[in-house]
Amino acid sequence: MTSKGIFRFFIGFYLLLFFGYLFGPLLIMGATAFNNSSYPQLWPWEGGTLDWFVKLANDQAMLRGIGNSLLVGLGVICLAVPIGLAGAIVMTQIYWRARGLYYLVVVSPLLTPGVIIGISTVLFWRQLLGADHPLYSGYFMTILGQATFISAYCMLIFLSRLQRFDRAQEEAALDLGASNLQFFWQVLLPFLRPAVFSAAVLAFLSSFENYNTTTFTILARTTLTTELAGRVRQGSNPSLSALALLIITITLIGAILYEIYKRREDRREKDRAAVAAAAEAEGEPAIIAA
Amino acid sequence: MSADVELDHVTIAFGNFIAVNDASLKINNGEFFSFLGPSGCGKTTILRTVSGFLEPTKGAVRIGGRDMSGIGPNKRPTALIFQNLALFPLMTVAENIAYGLRVRGMGRTERRRKAEHLLNMIALSDQGGKMVAELSGGQKQRVAIARALAVEPQVLLLDEPLSALDLKLRQHMRNELRAIQQRVGITFIYITHDQGEALTMSDRIAVMNEGVIQQVGDAKSIYDRPATSFVASFVGENNSLIGKVVQVDGAYAQIKTQMGNVTGRNLQDIRIGESAVAFIRPEKLTQHAAANQNRLQTTVKSIAFEGNLSHVYLVGPGHRHLTMTVGRETPLPEAGADIGLHAAIDDTLILPMGKLASGETGQ
Amino acid sequence: MSRFLLPLIPVAVALIFWGMAAAERRAVGNVAHLGFFRRNGAALSVYLLGAVGLWILLLIVLPQLYMVEFSFRPRLPPSEMGGPKDAYTLANYSYLIFGRPGDPEGYNKLHLGIFLRTIVASIFVTMLNFAICYPIAFFMAKVAKGGQMRLMVLALIVPFWVNEILRAFAFRILFSSSGVFNTLLLASGLVDAPVDFLRSDIALYAGLSYAYLLLMIFPLYNAIEAMDSNQIEAARDLGAPWWHIHLFVVMPYAKPGIAAGCTMVFMLTAGALAAPQVLGGPSSLWFTQVVYNWFYQAFNWNLGAAYAFALLIACIIFVMVVLRLFKVSLGEIAR
Ligand SMILES: Nc1ncnc2c1ncn2[C@@H]1O[C@H](COP(=O)(O)OP(=O)(O)OP(=O)(O)O)[C@@H](O)[C@H]1O
Ligand SMILES: [Mg+2]
Repeated sequence: MTSKGIFRFFIGFYLLLFFGYLFGPLLIMGATAFNNSSYPQLWPWEGGTLDWFVKLANDQAMLRGIGNSLLVGLGVICLAVPIGLAGAIVMTQIYWRARGLYYLVVVSPLLTPGVIIGISTVLFWRQLLGADHPLYSGYFMTILGQATFISAYCMLIFLSRLQRFDRAQEEAALDLGASNLQFFWQVLLPFLRPAVFSAAVLAFLSSFENYNTTTFTILARTTLTTELAGRVRQGSNPSLSALALLIITITLIGAILYEIYKRREDRREKDRAAVAAAAEAEGEPAIIAA
Repeated sequence: MSADVELDHVTIAFGNFIAVNDASLKINNGEFFSFLGPSGCGKTTILRTVSGFLEPTKGAVRIGGRDMSGIGPNKRPTALIFQNLALFPLMTVAENIAYGLRVRGMGRTERRRKAEHLLNMIALSDQGGKMVAELSGGQKQRVAIARALAVEPQVLLLDEPLSALDLKLRQHMRNELRAIQQRVGITFIYITHDQGEALTMSDRIAVMNEGVIQQVGDAKSIYDRPATSFVASFVGENNSLIGKVVQVDGAYAQIKTQMGNVTGRNLQDIRIGESAVAFIRPEKLTQHAAANQNRLQTTVKSIAFEGNLSHVYLVGPGHRHLTMTVGRETPLPEAGADIGLHAAIDDTLILPMGKLASGETGQ
Repeated sequence: MSRFLLPLIPVAVALIFWGMAAAERRAVGNVAHLGFFRRNGAALSVYLLGAVGLWILLLIVLPQLYMVEFSFRPRLPPSEMGGPKDAYTLANYSYLIFGRPGDPEGYNKLHLGIFLRTIVASIFVTMLNFAICYPIAFFMAKVAKGGQMRLMVLALIVPFWVNEILRAFAFRILFSSSGVFNTLLLASGLVDAPVDFLRSDIALYAGLSYAYLLLMIFPLYNAIEAMDSNQIEAARDLGAPWWHIHLFVVMPYAKPGIAAGCTMVFMLTAGALAAPQVLGGPSSLWFTQVVYNWFYQAFNWNLGAAYAFALLIACIIFVMVVLRLFKVSLGEIAR
């Protein structure tokens, strides 16, 4: 074998190992959802069953947790996407000497342990509102706590899209008589639409799977993650595996759909470039008919 | 309504850096007016101030006699064509053109009618539904023009609109632009650092350097009677000889240079003892002696044959480099030959010493 | 306090932005640009300033500051709040270091030990993570082609949308006494009683490295991707062995990416709560679990806040040290 062949073999082997590490635990967990044993295990196999899925569907506490997670997720979208957008726009306009400091402040929640964000949110708002204020509730605290750092994710998404926005378009719109608001709605937002979509999805997913912050901010209620954490710590049963399997399946389908959408966009872009090239080759007719 | 554009002692500073220094001029209604100058001389800055994206630090911009200070770009009767066009990539061609009408609240059918009319004018009548990315460079250019014209501005501002096109298309579009201007009859303010473009298209030209307006005039007067040594060296090819004024005689002055004394027209009222530059166009140099001429002794370095023209590169005492341009019928000298060159004193211009355009050797 | 604070917030936002505008005017002199308000119009300006101001003040800065302040107060029953006993004190921090007053040990052996273990183990997990991810990042950046690359990115991202708890749960199934590993070990006859992976913390370290793989791979990938492949070719031409190329050509170039990945993974590992709760052995706690217990078992929030702040400080110090070691600036990694 040539040295290149050996090299290739090792790379292939390493990739196999790595993706095994990545997916193996999840696959095994998924498989345990079908085992008819009271503890999530592959071995011994006590016969296939779908009971664990049925159990999951009847688990009221879990369903309530899912409901709360959805609610909080929507709340986080409503808060974090507009904040992230504003944060990104301000970043493009801010006085350049203040930019470094501003950036540091707004990305700091990404570098702060989630536990600390949760604690500080609860402490601060309890003090600000008083412990029996109706707004001092698990929902509201969790939305605020999660939005603190999820807004920063959203901002980064908007920033990377904004970097490709040609400032001259803003001036062109104003020059043609648009007001600032018209520019915002008719030119900037349509341009940012894919980013708004990505930011919303990302915000929802990060909210949905968050544990460290939520466990402090959810107070008397539960979300899916805090409910799960409680179960797992008490001992486990295969309906958790069933739930995990469902989540993995949904994510996979979402990812594949997204990939298909991305490819179609790419193809459309390529078609356009081809049309433009054809127009280029055709040459220029006289503008003014004689 | 008249749409004269007037700059009244306009100074524009970015911090301590003065991008435009005390510019005053008046552009008439319906004129094709160009700003010509090297890169970074402040042309775009002036245009952005006229369209309202910058505020003058000192002085005022008036359009149709009305002071524009505090009036935003969306409230001015101007439309700007951007250096990079700045078309909206997510709108179709027709939507782009009708955008200015849309923000003015014009109805959909009215808008479509007007867009179709403009599409016709730019010869893209069946392409209104295309996306901008599907157009060629020249087509995009025309859409940008139509989009600006749709709002019926009184002044159209164009920032090097042809710089991104290739040579052939550029020449084609020059004619088109000029034709459009004559047809719509509004004021065009055109920016370029391409002097050929400025000279062929404009009614009048302002030549700028380092934020200062050097001269305003039509193409002929700028070429024939440059007001400063910068204009003389920037517009067209020119030979320059530096020296001190030794004699002034009415409309003529004589300067002492390394190549001997040179006499020429004195348009700027120059005095004895001042530093000055003598300018002679390459096509005004001949090998034929006649009355009232300057004579320069030179050696032929090399010859560049360009078909109907030839450039003869020469060097004189003090390593002064000169260029002579001769037509087909003139016999060419040999490389290495010592020849005497002649130029009529009426074709020689004596101007006060000042900055020369880069590329011309100053000393 | 709340009555003072609320009306002050809009004033503070306005003051901060006014101060920034004034600083800009002073630094740049008389500016020809349009100001913020003229550029954006009233409605947009209010939205931008409002959203960003609220985010920075109400969500980021004030809660953190308040947590710090809170950690310097004693825990008191509500009736005594604001009373004479409600004074700033270092008691909460001295508890972390010295333990209960009169403790025979003289210092808080238990909590300091956990704190130290958390930091050391996080550093270990970070290094392990780097070792696992570097080859993958390099492969993605320099070897993989378009379609292969997209597939890999997708394959990397998908597992990380699965809940953190469930990911930890998967490792628990893997490592439990009747889990896959033990079954294999027993069947092969290598051991004759199940190994307690949970108690020995092997499961915990495996789960923690797994949890933040993505945050190591992408900064590394970005840094290596930006590198000119010719540099590698040139080094290879000169006969450099492959390890030499990676150690002295690629890694120095990818330094900002390495620093970014390491700081992020460290921060998240040290601050992790889910994996330790699910995978940690019963006798050894992670520091975040101690914080959690102060809040939800002892209900001493002041002490909990002090512990949390100590953790934050440790993380910040770690970042500073890494930046020093790698000689990169914060701006370079926070991209
Ligand atoms: N926003 C700004 N801040 C600081 N300086 C600026 C700014 N805009 C322009 N300048 C400076 O002002 C000078 C004039 O710039 P301007 O864009 O007007 O040049 P120009 O004549 O249009 O050049 P070009 O032909 O290259 O487009 C340049 O030196 C430029 O660096
Ligand atoms: Mg310019």
